[in-house]
Amino acid sequence: MALTSPEIEDMIKEILPDAQVQVQDMRGDGSQFAAHVVSAQFEGKNRVQQHQMVYKALKGKVGEELHALSLQTSTPE
Amino acid sequence: MSNPVFDRIQNDIDSNDIVLFMKGDKMFPQCGFSATVVEILNYFNVAYETHNVLQDESLREGIKQFSDWPTIPQLYVKGEFLGGCDIVREMAANGELVAHFESVGIEPQD
Repeated sequence: MALTSPEIEDMIKEILPDAQVQVQDMRGDGSQFAAHVVSAQFEGKNRVQQHQMVYKALKGKVGEELHALSLQTSTPE
Repeated sequence: MSNPVFDRIQNDIDSNDIVLFMKGDKMFPQCGFSATVVEILNYFNVAYETHNVLQDESLREGIKQFSDWPTIPQLYVKGEFLGGCDIVREMAANGELVAHFESVGIEPQD
């Protein structure tokens, strides 16, 4: 069963409670998502490490049920 | 106990400046994300090697464990994992990619 935007947001916030998370279902059918995650916990980490943190929050779903997730991460201004 | 797939990957990324693990190949990328990275590398006109993970299941899974990164494509520059499609596209867009190539001595092909 395809994931929904709120489910993705909740999973990310579970691991990054301070994060501002926006998730868009690009096609409305759960096949392709875009997410932007802003968190102070990304401070001092490079992009690969930041994305890996988000992938861990998504408990191995990326690349499985969550085939296409385009991800943007940043630290708060 | 060494992992033969990891050894193969390590050898590839050590012996080539730029290595792209992708679905399909340069001429026929078989996934939009892989095609995007191929287009970016072609745009910067740098020499790069590709490996088609669709033809090698052990590589397809091995590369994800090797880099602790769940998706394909994966781009390596001078033995270092740079990222997947999102990161490469972001770096290309804001000039970081060409700056990185220059900083590690990678020139466009004539």
